[in-house]
Amino acid sequence: MSERDDGPNRRKVLECMTWVGTGVLWTISGGVPHSVGLIGEAAAQEARGLSFVQISDSHIGFDFKTPYPNSVSTLSECIAKVNALPVKPAFMIHTGDISHLSLASQFDDADKAISETRLDVHYVPGEHDFVDAERKLFLDRYGRGTKGAGWYSFDANGVHFIGLVNVHDLKAGGLGNLGDEQLEWLEADVKGRSASTPIVVFAHIPLWTVYPNWGWGTDDGARALSYLKRFGSVTVLNGHIHQVMQKVEGNVTFHTARSTAFPQPAPGSAPSPGPMKVPAEQLRGMLGVANVTYKQNQQRLAIIDAPLKS
Amino acid sequence: MPMSTLRSALVAGALGAASAPLVAHFALPAFAQQVTAGAVSIDNFTFNPAALTVKAGTTVTWTNKDDIPHGIASSTNTFTRSKALDTDDSFSFTFTTPGTYQYFCYIHPHMVGTIVVEAATGSSGKP
Repeated sequence: MSERDDGPNRRKVLECMTWVGTGVLWTISGGVPHSVGLIGEAAAQEARGLSFVQISDSHIGFDFKTPYPNSVSTLSECIAKVNALPVKPAFMIHTGDISHLSLASQFDDADKAISETRLDVHYVPGEHDFVDAERKLFLDRYGRGTKGAGWYSFDANGVHFIGLVNVHDLKAGGLGNLGDEQLEWLEADVKGRSASTPIVVFAHIPLWTVYPNWGWGTDDGARALSYLKRFGSVTVLNGHIHQVMQKVEGNVTFHTARSTAFPQPAPGSAPSPGPMKVPAEQLRGMLGVANVTYKQNQQRLAIIDAPLKS
Repeated sequence: MPMSTLRSALVAGALGAASAPLVAHFALPAFAQQVTAGAVSIDNFTFNPAALTVKAGTTVTWTNKDDIPHGIASSTNTFTRSKALDTDDSFSFTFTTPGTYQYFCYIHPHMVGTIVVEAATGSSGKP
């Protein structure tokens, strides 16, 4: 394998990255995924490092129609899975669509279930959390200390985390939107940081274009990524599409998480992105949580997607 | 000029509304036989029909047939935004002024539609 075209950072990131989908461990080497083992082996490879959990799209309030059970109960099952992790995560990230209709009661139910983890949770809104035009219900509850429509950044174990909002000021016919104000903030936020600082960006709608016909992308996502190009390790965590999807582009790894409430079809595989009707016994294999580990000084980052039931 | 257009549209609208119960009994001029209701169905993340033409004074009702909520908003902020429409929920708005009204789903903005409101006399209004 030729090493000439790859920068050292990129090679390291690609070689060391491990992913587990539904019970199978994937390693990425030179951009090509290889299946090398089962979930137990991945767990055995786990070492000390920063570990955090991503959950997404809990859609509290989506409580109807077979085969879906109550969205609170599947969220609680995911939370139980988080609590059962062998290594306690440092914190949790929720990539939006906490609620189905931005109702206070729906946020209340989500908060109650999520508080069982006793973890700090970093939220970004989904479009279902911004149903009220003033975005008050989300921002009053989760927006303290954030900028604009709710964006912010923080540092943990040498990793710089950036929470972005791409569900505000949505334009007719458009995709997700970050907007000039937020993009200028992002540019300033990363300016002056060393290129060796690992970056984790999280936002609801994928920042890369997954499938524009279904609105699965962000119109000005490329501009955000242009500010992150010089960093050796960038991980982008999104939700919105209710399925695991991964892509590696240069130093940037894209990952979308499952929903805790209901699965959505693969792009273009159905007439619309509406909830997938799957047999009840298969449903829990399509919901879940993602556990992310960053191993310090090794540029190593592992994302383990755990379905509720494999 | 815009004032008089607006007033004639309003007068026609009011006339139409007032005359509606009489339609069954009298052969009224064409301008009074306007459709007073229009329907847009939301199925599979699309507005059906995507473009609906109605006479001024028509009440348009959107009904969500999807398992996911949608919301109606004017692309140019020229008519009232709906609350979020859950499955089988409806939203109605009465268009009194001729023109072309672009709208979109404020939850899924790739979903777009158009309401064309014609003057009650039959000619198409300006956008």
